[in-house]
Order: sequence, then C-alpha cells, then structure tokens
Amino acid sequence: MGRYWLTLRRFWGTALAGQLEYQLNVLIDLLAMAANLAGSLFILSLFFIPADGSAAGADAVRRLGGWSWEEALVVQGVYTLLDGAASTWLRPNLGAIVTHVREGTLDFVLLKPIDSQFWLSSRTLAPAGLSEMALGVGLILWAAPRAGAQLQPVALAVAALMLLAGLVILYSLWFLLAASSIWFVKTWNATEVLRAALTAGRFPVSAYPPGLRLLLTLVLPVAFLTTVPAEAILGRATPTLVGAALVMALVSFSLSRAFWRFALRYYTSASS
Amino acid sequence: MLSRRRPWAVARALLGNQYALMLEYRAEIALWALSGSLPFIMLALWSEAPAGAALGLGPEGLDRYFLSAFLVRQFSVVWVVFAFEEDALLGRLSPYLLQPLHPLWRYLAAHLAEQLTRLPFAAAIVAVFFAVNPAAFWLPHPGRFVLAWMATLLAFGIAFLLQSLIAALCFWSEKASALERLLFVPFLFFSGLLAPLAAFPPAVRAAALWTPFPYLIDFPARLLAGLPVPLAAGFGAQLAWIALLLPLVLLLWRAGVRRYTAMGA
Repeated sequence: MGRYWLTLRRFWGTALAGQLEYQLNVLIDLLAMAANLAGSLFILSLFFIPADGSAAGADAVRRLGGWSWEEALVVQGVYTLLDGAASTWLRPNLGAIVTHVREGTLDFVLLKPIDSQFWLSSRTLAPAGLSEMALGVGLILWAAPRAGAQLQPVALAVAALMLLAGLVILYSLWFLLAASSIWFVKTWNATEVLRAALTAGRFPVSAYPPGLRLLLTLVLPVAFLTTVPAEAILGRATPTLVGAALVMALVSFSLSRAFWRFALRYYTSASS
Repeated sequence: MLSRRRPWAVARALLGNQYALMLEYRAEIALWALSGSLPFIMLALWSEAPAGAALGLGPEGLDRYFLSAFLVRQFSVVWVVFAFEEDALLGRLSPYLLQPLHPLWRYLAAHLAEQLTRLPFAAAIVAVFFAVNPAAFWLPHPGRFVLAWMATLLAFGIAFLLQSLIAALCFWSEKASALERLLFVPFLFFSGLLAPLAAFPPAVRAAALWTPFPYLIDFPARLLAGLPVPLAAGFGAQLAWIALLLPLVLLLWRAGVRRYTAMGA
C-alpha cells in the first residue's frame, strides 16, 4: 500500500511540474471553464424565467422536474465538480491507453511490478481541471444553504459518500470504454459519445420523460452521478437510495476490474 | 495556373480523393455523428418543462426544431483548426504551400467529403427519431427545404471561416487550437443548439443576434422545421458575416505565410 502511495505522489508531482510549463494554456483553460459554467447557468435559468420577461408573481416561480432554482443549482454544482474530476484525472490518463495499445508501449506497463490498472488510471494529472472542481464546490456551498439544506455532520458524511460513489461509477464507465480499445484501437471517439450522454447529468433526472429517466438510472447511471449526491447534500437521501448508489458503485468498479483482466487476455501487442 | 485553368478537374480530384480517405474513417465518423446527440437531451428537457410549453411552438414544433438543430449541426461541424495545426506542426504544410492551390481548398474539400460520409449515419438517426416519435414526422415544403439547405451551407461557410481565422493564428502560436475552445463556448450557448433563441430573455436575444452564432444553428433549423422566420434578415446577416470574414481570413493567411518557416528548421 505504501508503495502505491509513494508512486502516486511521484506521478502527480511530475505532472504538475510539467503542466506549469504551459502557463498561457492554463489561463485559456481557466477562462473557457468559467465561461462554460456561466453559459450553463444561463441555459438552466431559461427553465425558470418566462421568456416574455414577465417576472415575479407567485405563479412565475417555475420548477424543473420538481426542483427549485437553488436545488437545481446544487445538481449543476455536482456536475461541475465531477466534470472537473474527469478532466483532471480521467481524460488524460484513460486517453493515453489508446496510444499505449496502438504503439505497443502497453508492454512496458504490463511488465512493471505494480497493478497495471492502477498505473494506467493514475499516471498523470491535468491541473487545469482542479479549478473547475473548485468552482463546483463553490457553487454547491453557495446554493445548498439557500435551498434549505442543513449541513450537519451526518448529512455531510452521507453526501461525501454519495459523491465518492458517483466518482467511482464515472471512473468505471470511462475505464470500460478505454479498456475496449484493446480490441478496437480506434474507439477513442466513443468517449466523446459518453461525454455527450453524460451531459444529461447537468439536470435533475426527474426533469426527463419517464422512459428516459429509467434509462438514465439503470442503463447509463447518470442519476447516481449527480442527482443522488445532490439529494444527499439537500438531506433528502433515503437509506434505499444510499444503498442503491453504493451497490451500483461496487458493481461497476468490480466490473471494470474484471473487464480489464478479460481484455488483457486478448492483448497481443502492436504489429503482430 | 492549374487551379484557374481547370477548376472543375481540380475540384473533382480533390473531392474524390478526400471522400475515399474519409470512407476509411467511417466508424469514427459514425461515432462523431452519435456524439452530436446533445439537442435530443435538451429536447427531452424542454418537452417536459413548463417553460417549453410557454414557447408557443407546440410539442411537434419543439420536436422538429431540435431534430433540425441536430441535422444542421451535423452538416456544419468544422475541424479545420485541428487538421491545420497538426499539418503545421508535422511539417506537412510545406508541400501544400508549394502547390498552385490555396491550402484552404484542400481543407474545404475534406470537410465536404466528411459530410458526405456522415450523411447515411445522420439519416439513420433521423429514421430512429421518427420511429420513436412518429407524431413529429413532417416533410418540409420543397422550396423551404432548398432554402434550409442553402442556409446550412452558409452556416457551414461562416463556421469554416471563423475557424480558419483561428487556424491562421497557428502561424504565430503553436497552440492556437486552445483559442478554439474559447470560441466554442459562446457558440454552444448562443447558437440555439441547447435552447431555441425564442426562449432567451429579449435583451439577451437582441445581443445574440449581433453575433454570428444564431445564424449557425437557430436560423437554418427554424427554416427546416417550418417555423416562422425572417428570411431576408437571416440570409442577409449570413452573407454579411461571410463578406466580413472572408477578406480577414485571406489577409491574415497571407501575412502568416510570410512568417512561416517550416517546423524543425
């Protein structure tokens, strides 16, 4: 375990040092990220403000799938946090798997005396996404008290647990796709499809039509990524929901590990 | 000059060549087509939300708008800056510059060929959409369809010129594609891909109409969906943006080529 911890520190230290070489890029990333969040909030607000500008009035208070503006902002914050985690951690690492398979450098990874899934999943870090994670946390902290959440220790612990479960599910989804590049070297574009589909998590899952809601809960578990953690932050998570999220996280992580073992049996290195 | 003497032969050779190349990548292009599914997610939201009903398009109008937005996006996707940056970094640009043909023609042909490859996948997605949602089916009036097609072509032209402008900056900075990410943000939110412009508050809508973005998705999509749309103003704005961007791109390109010193020199 200590060996893994030390390796992780070395990996991320060098990644940080490497990225800080490109300061202008970091700045542009920051700007794009902030503008992106502002745009998302604008689109979200369209569901709450009537288009003809007739503001105020009791019946002008709109809801999105039963969620108020502040509550929907919490969902948006959780999405931003997870998206930041994806661009900090998942995209740079799992994107490299395709290159390893194509160029045959996966051989070197497999020969190292360390778990190959761990190595591939934690080799590098893109610090530009860290600020997006900070923005997400900021948004949650701003919106949650206004939506009536009582931030008690127990509720906070449950919320943290649900966020962790969401992160594990997200990781497993990405890793499953990335591991499939052992067979189909060119499927990296499939992650773009995944990314587009995950955008559905910007909004509470109850805002979608019933059929799609089921799809987003069971097939592509977007509901567990953002809606469930948001419910937990707002103190509305039932034990059933928490249990379901934990089971989902456990199942998807085991699946990703089993799938990686299975995929490696078919790995025949480059140019055979 | 070859390009002036036999433009038709050059165009045919370029397009045929690029089409053959793109067919090699049809699996990727199918995935790209699928990854444009964002309008469908937004359609699901808008059709459920009370704010969607308040737009006054009716349920079919909303379905048709977002399906049209998806189609317009499919046939106006531009990636010239990424192709150009790679060519410039790897030094492939040098032989292109020696040919008696502006390199932008080559990229233009590649884009048109890619759209042709995309056509069957986009058609399949449309077929699935109507199978799931038969009430939304409609056949646009032929005249409208031609107009919508022209508007989409012009939208593609504006997007292509905008990105070529950034691509030309690659002559000065090796990482100009990072700027493309900045351009993509206002496109995403003001083009009408996520919400019809009719849903915007009046002040924001008025401001957005001064940018090129609504003419990239909202205007052609409304035309295709058969919704009321100011024809003359829309086409006028599209042509005005092209008239503004084209000389800028050519000027910047000429200045850039003068600075160009092939990579690795």
